[in-house]
Amino acid sequence: MKTIIFKSASVYLLPLLLLFSVFILLRGHYLPGGGFVGGLMASIAFVIHSFANGVENTKNIVKFHPGFLMPVGLALALLAGSLPLFMGETFMTGLWMDQPVPVIGTVGTALFFDTGVYLVVIGVTLTIIFTISEGL
Amino acid sequence: MSNPYIVLPVIFQLFVAVTLMFSWTNKNLQKLISVVGSLIALLISILLLLKVNQEGIQTMQAGGWIAPFGITFVADTLSALLVLLTAISGLAVSVFSVGSVRNARIRFGYFPILHLLIMGLSGAFLTGDIFNLYVWFEIIIISSFVLITIGGEKAQLEGAIKYVAMNLLASVVFLTAIAILYGLTGSLNMADLSLQVAKVENRGLVNVTAILFLVGFGIKSAVFPLYFWLPASYHTPPPAISAIFGGLLTKVGVYAMLRVFTLIFIPDTFLTAVITIMAMLTIFSGAVGALMQNNIRKVFSYLIICHIGFMLAGLGVYSTLALAGAVFYLVHDIVVKTNLFMISGLIFKFKGTYSMRLLGGFYKEQPLISLLIAISLFSLVGIPPLSGFWGKLLIIQGALDSANILLIGFIVLGSFLTLFIIARLWSEVFWKDPQELPKKEHIKYFNELKPLKKQAMLASVVFLSILSLGIGFGAEWVMRMAMHIAENLMDPSAYIQAVLGT
Amino acid sequence: MELLLVIIIGLLYAAGIYMMLRRSLVKLIIGLILLGNGANLLIFLLGKIVKGEPPIIGPSEKMLGEIYADPVPQALILTAIVISFGLQAFAIILIKRAYKVVKTDDLDEMYATDEDL
Repeated sequence: MKTIIFKSASVYLLPLLLLFSVFILLRGHYLPGGGFVGGLMASIAFVIHSFANGVENTKNIVKFHPGFLMPVGLALALLAGSLPLFMGETFMTGLWMDQPVPVIGTVGTALFFDTGVYLVVIGVTLTIIFTISEGL
Repeated sequence: MSNPYIVLPVIFQLFVAVTLMFSWTNKNLQKLISVVGSLIALLISILLLLKVNQEGIQTMQAGGWIAPFGITFVADTLSALLVLLTAISGLAVSVFSVGSVRNARIRFGYFPILHLLIMGLSGAFLTGDIFNLYVWFEIIIISSFVLITIGGEKAQLEGAIKYVAMNLLASVVFLTAIAILYGLTGSLNMADLSLQVAKVENRGLVNVTAILFLVGFGIKSAVFPLYFWLPASYHTPPPAISAIFGGLLTKVGVYAMLRVFTLIFIPDTFLTAVITIMAMLTIFSGAVGALMQNNIRKVFSYLIICHIGFMLAGLGVYSTLALAGAVFYLVHDIVVKTNLFMISGLIFKFKGTYSMRLLGGFYKEQPLISLLIAISLFSLVGIPPLSGFWGKLLIIQGALDSANILLIGFIVLGSFLTLFIIARLWSEVFWKDPQELPKKEHIKYFNELKPLKKQAMLASVVFLSILSLGIGFGAEWVMRMAMHIAENLMDPSAYIQAVLGT
Repeated sequence: MELLLVIIIGLLYAAGIYMMLRRSLVKLIIGLILLGNGANLLIFLLGKIVKGEPPIIGPSEKMLGEIYADPVPQALILTAIVISFGLQAFAIILIKRAYKVVKTDDLDEMYATDEDL
């Protein structure tokens, strides 16, 4: 799609949507939101950019292969899930800090798990989209 | 008994897969991690089986949510035994892959996905929650989709389309069955479902749900009217991938049937009749299909179907003896089928073809390897002291007790046809006079490989052959375990008590 | 509401099966997507539709008081949607690759797996 309005809007939409996706991710513990929705939103940001500017340009923005986000996210989620095992609790039990951290609030393993999901979703979605749009 | 560490086989495989993904570019490092990881996984699953044998059924509530509300993981003897067999096949295939899988495939992430597949299999065996079982099934099929298409040759893609379509359909049927079951009982925990389903008054709907489960698992385990995707796809990927598919994927369906039809739905005469008829036709059509084939991998694919029929027959007879036979046969089949597909890969590496018509004179060229292969082939036929014999004997005994002569007839017929097929394969591939085969450019023949790769391929075949000999000669030990499993399957009160704690 | 959902689910299943029976690959995928949606709606329906509160326990309360919606079907549907998203994406890439290699989307033309080699 080659319209100037869309093209110039996409430049501003990309950081805005990424920021919003992080907000959705952090909001997700008690309110609607979470890692999966946040991840989809972040990938939509890149999809909009690729619609406006072509997939090649979007690939240049993402400096590394998005598939690399998958192992990082999986490792984070695995770590968050299995941390309770080392403390004698069962797998996936939520562990929480005693003191709340400023701005974010009380941090627990659930946050890291969700961040892992967020990264995996971005990695998977972008890989799929880049693969499908290859050679179209 | 509560034990937070029983998910370790699952978590560890995920850990190995993640580590492999981080070393994406270094193929030698990937091979090393995969083999070492599989060895440690084998160790973990041996420990799990020992623990379950000593202390009885182990359970774990994910996140500490008490059953029936949370997701439960249960390790009883059947689950632990199958996790062990998964780890054994995983190790063998991982070692075999070091020798046989091409670098191009490794670059596409062959090893991480192999370990994700093994993770899914271990998870499916350990879970005690019906929806969680669905999730593990999906993890298994998505990994198998990637494995079957890696490489992207024409036959591979065509086989993959048939495989993908049928397996997605099976998932939808399975999901529909879960939805109805949840609507009927309001529970997803398998132990709790066992109690709740017995209370439901609308028995007609319960039977319909049971049939939906039978169809869903039937597609996955390739039973009679639903197996056509299997011979169309299993011979297309590289032998290492066929090996893990042939050894384990259909067997998960059998495991799910064994679990669901002993714990949740106690089969009435109608259901056992349906299962028995399906078993007879599966045995017959699998054996007859194998008779017609020329490609050795297709012969083995049809033999998978034929032998799934034996296990289904054990479930259809529904007595302790017959179930013990089915479990014994399951153990034997996982080891032998994995080995057979690896053997077909080995033959291909020597000769460059899978066609029985073109092959020949293998015994004259490689007498030692031929004898090694003979062990697996004759275990498959079930010549007495070898492993295939004992499981079949138990099933036939069970069928005799319930006076099901027709079923015995089909089992004996299936065995004889298997014998005939293997004898024909032996004379065609090993004893017939060799033909001059044209050298193919794109194949790396066995004697062109590096010594390490040769040893890796042979070592995995030797490992599984010795194991199948061990199952045959140590049959008493395996049989005792199978009897114990069958008693627990027939009387699931110990399972229910371990999960619900009442 | 229930009756409407029942009709929609029936239609989705019927359309899905019909599409899967066609020979075209694209229709096969569309059929699978429709079937998946039908199954998700079925879970939603069988979770018993009630007019009530969302299942959230307020800060000052200890348990759910009012009539509340069953959260389990929603969790199941979400999981099923995520899974089918991945599987369908894979299936679409697969048929695209297959179309490039085999140069047809007619299933009857795909008989390389039956060749007697």
